[in-house]
Amino acid sequence: MAIVLDWFSSVLVLIGSVFCLIGALGIIKMPSFITRVHAASLIDSFGAIMIISGLIIQAGFTLTTIKLIMILLFLLITGPTAVHALVNTAYHEDEHYITEEDTSSNT
Amino acid sequence: MITAALVAIMTVMVMVLLRAWLGPTLYDRILAINTFGTATVIAIAVLGFYMGRPAFMDIALVYSLINFIGTVAVLKLYRFNSLDHREEGES
Repeated sequence: MAIVLDWFSSVLVLIGSVFCLIGALGIIKMPSFITRVHAASLIDSFGAIMIISGLIIQAGFTLTTIKLIMILLFLLITGPTAVHALVNTAYHEDEHYITEEDTSSNT
Repeated sequence: MITAALVAIMTVMVMVLLRAWLGPTLYDRILAINTFGTATVIAIAVLGFYMGRPAFMDIALVYSLINFIGTVAVLKLYRFNSLDHREEGES
């Protein structure tokens, strides 16, 4: 049973790491601001959920588990809020950020 | 497994810093720094397991809150030109 849980947590952490890498690749390679926000949400949501779920299974029933659940909860509440404030501010400054493709970007 | 996750998160942090350095607009840089903070929280949590110190989770918890406050403060400063902005009618 312990070996099964160990494997399961390993798989979760590795899936989360791969998703974080894909998100970072998207942040570097995507052509415009709004698509970069899309790529960054991958790290904020799915990567964090997977990695911290794997760590929760690794920790077992201890105080560490509760702290990890609280970290996950804070990340899931604050991440989308911060990104919403960011895009809202960009939209209020200039609608060009949202509606048109940013051709001035160089990777 | 923990080592692989740590290496992956460090790679993510380097790539995101590259975007913060290149980023053509201001908002790209803010997005990159926000994502860098999230990656730092995950890295601290993973590092606690890597070094066998569960107390690192407290640091990660506080860092996630500081990251959110910092991002929103910078955005408010750029939108209203002041950190003490209030809506009209508010005392």
